Amino acid sequence: MMAALFASAAPGLNAAENGAATPRTNTKPNDPSVVGAEVALVTHAPHVPPPITRKTPAKVIVTLEVKEVVRRLADGVDYIFWTFGGEVPGGFIRIREGDEVEFHLNNHQENKMPHNIDLHAVTGPGGGATSSFTAPGHSSQFSFKALNPGLYVYHCATAPVGMHVGNGMYGLILVEPKEGLPPVDHEYYVMQGEFYTTGKYGDPGLQGFDMDKAIDERPPYVVFNGAVGSLVGDKALTAKVGDRIRLFVGNGGPNLTSSFHVIGEIFDTVYPEAGAQPTHNVQTTVIPPGGAAIVDFQVQVPGTYILVDHALFRAFNKGALGMLKVDGPPDLLVYSGKEVDAVYLGKAAEAGSEAEKKVTALKAQVAEEIKSNPKIAGLTREIQVQKGKAVYMQTCFVCHQPEGQGVAGQIPPLAKSDFLSTLTKEDYIRGVLLGRTGQIVVNGATYNGIMVPMNYLNDEDIANVLTYVRGNWGNSGDAVTPQEVARIRQESPPPPQNKYE
Amino acid sequence: MLNLKHRARVVLPLICASIVGAGAAETPRGMARIPDGVYRPFYRALNDPVEVPVRAFCLDVLPVTNGDFLEFVRANPRWRRSQVKRLFADESYLKDWAGDLSLGTNAPANVPATFVSWFAAKAYAQWKGKRLPTVAEWEYAASASPTRPDGENDSEFTRRVLEWYSTPTATLPPVGGGRPNVWGIHDLHGLVWEWAADFNTAMATGDARGDTSPDGQLFCGAGAQDATNLKNYPAFMRYGFRSSLKAEYCVHNLGFRCAKDL
Repeated sequence: MMAALFASAAPGLNAAENGAATPRTNTKPNDPSVVGAEVALVTHAPHVPPPITRKTPAKVIVTLEVKEVVRRLADGVDYIFWTFGGEVPGGFIRIREGDEVEFHLNNHQENKMPHNIDLHAVTGPGGGATSSFTAPGHSSQFSFKALNPGLYVYHCATAPVGMHVGNGMYGLILVEPKEGLPPVDHEYYVMQGEFYTTGKYGDPGLQGFDMDKAIDERPPYVVFNGAVGSLVGDKALTAKVGDRIRLFVGNGGPNLTSSFHVIGEIFDTVYPEAGAQPTHNVQTTVIPPGGAAIVDFQVQVPGTYILVDHALFRAFNKGALGMLKVDGPPDLLVYSGKEVDAVYLGKAAEAGSEAEKKVTALKAQVAEEIKSNPKIAGLTREIQVQKGKAVYMQTCFVCHQPEGQGVAGQIPPLAKSDFLSTLTKEDYIRGVLLGRTGQIVVNGATYNGIMVPMNYLNDEDIANVLTYVRGNWGNSGDAVTPQEVARIRQESPPPPQNKYE
Repeated sequence: MLNLKHRARVVLPLICASIVGAGAAETPRGMARIPDGVYRPFYRALNDPVEVPVRAFCLDVLPVTNGDFLEFVRANPRWRRSQVKRLFADESYLKDWAGDLSLGTNAPANVPATFVSWFAAKAYAQWKGKRLPTVAEWEYAASASPTRPDGENDSEFTRRVLEWYSTPTATLPPVGGGRPNVWGIHDLHGLVWEWAADFNTAMATGDARGDTSPDGQLFCGAGAQDATNLKNYPAFMRYGFRSSLKAEYCVHNLGFRCAKDL
């Protein structure tokens, strides 16, 4: 068995068939449609190379260097990234439909691992992976023709693939359609990926790759462009009001699907899955691992727009959050800013609901507590006065004035009122519940107005406001209880409908 | 930390000595005896056995150092940097040495010899009256942790191995610094990759995810990965590494050690 292996191994054959020259070459027929040659400009995120103005296919030489580097993953947290070009995501490659790409993959000699590249833009087995498999300190070359336009993910496909991708080995290649893309003012490169660190989110120091978490798909970090905060603060994307923005958004994964969303914007146009068929007015677009989308939108209103994976714990607890800062004059017709700031108490619990029963029980308990505690019971009148003042200041003061002074000739005063001193407690209550008409003389002045019934106030409010009036402004009288109000309300004839209600 | 390391170094020679002593008659100096055992290939063709028996053999306790390799090129001028045939070693051959017969500061004598091709390693082994270990032998020997022969079941051991594979190293430390495994072998993990005699039998393409080539069967192992393979990720990475090599390649992190039949 071993002997057979040895025989078939024959490393010598390898070398012999290729001759002594070290670079291995493979001859390829010329493509007559290709005119000229150029070296591709490859950019780091969030930057994108400029649109291609050529009208004919060309030979484009693309070079990427694989580097294993220690870089910041979050504040105080470092990670050993495996990268195409020294950063995550890898360099953005822009070519044109029909181009012939001569691809060079260099594996830095200090790297520990062999690497390769699978470009989803390649038509052919492995997407270039088998032809680009490269030991540390070596370089591979292969060529492909860009047959299909679109935005494609590229990634390392060396065993163990999930680990190579999980360590950051992915990026985007744009194959522009022959006719180009509609012009915009800014193009940006955003790529999501998750990291399976040995420590928890935020655990400081150098973090390694955790295979168990990767297999369970439990990443402590989900980020845009390779690090928490790579697109915030001074690193935020920028634009001016009125600008048309295009985001080339990819997802390296390795496991999680992104629900890409920009808070406060609607994507005017999305090329879902970076395909040819655009769709419009999209709130959130789904980007699978190993997939991409092109989103276009115009910004009309200044401010900060937040890029998120709308699987929100990833955004707010794992780092999947970026910013687009838009400068310029506000457009209040499109967006007003805050117009009203008010307290909202919400609706009371529905009658008969569990919550309502609980509230009732609690109220009873509180009442019992107050009754049985003389200290609290002694405070009852003070509390009634306070509450009554609040009712007065909402309901009564418009006519009777804040200090009960009334309005000369029209509204009788409540303060130091000789008229009130002649009334019984029941008269007080009836006055509020039923209103009053007809001539009266108060403190020597005659009044002939109408007091409308205030029967829409509940028993407690009436008891409180009357207690307040009776104990104030030189008036006298004991507290009025809700029970007393309820009794009078019962025996009184149904009052006319309150027109204020 | 320092303390631990120091203690380890003191204890090591004792363990080595006892093992060397056990195999007394056959075990050459600087080698340790690895007893009969089995190797479970990480990749295998469908009809291959799950376990491959490995006969007892001797393995160098330490990787071959620059100092060792210097003796070899002194004695064998055709393996000097200026004279080696490109067919047998690419242009990176001994690239960190100062000259044909001088090591210089970038290649200390006690550091593993790297930038050495498979052909050169094989020639060195022959010159020593030894041979390169097979993948089966190497993997079997390297599966032992400091405390047990089946190190793949020692999660701490696996974790540390995996950590090394994912960290790039610019400068190499000297040999013999780590704790030896249960057979008394040093540095199988954590220092350099090592050549194996049949390194290129693992897989022949670079795409790990399945293949349409005649080597397709080799990938069935990967396709059939289950939870038990999880612990073998370091083996997965070594296979990946080996399959990226060609026999004349000279790589920064790639050295070797020798084996010998009993």
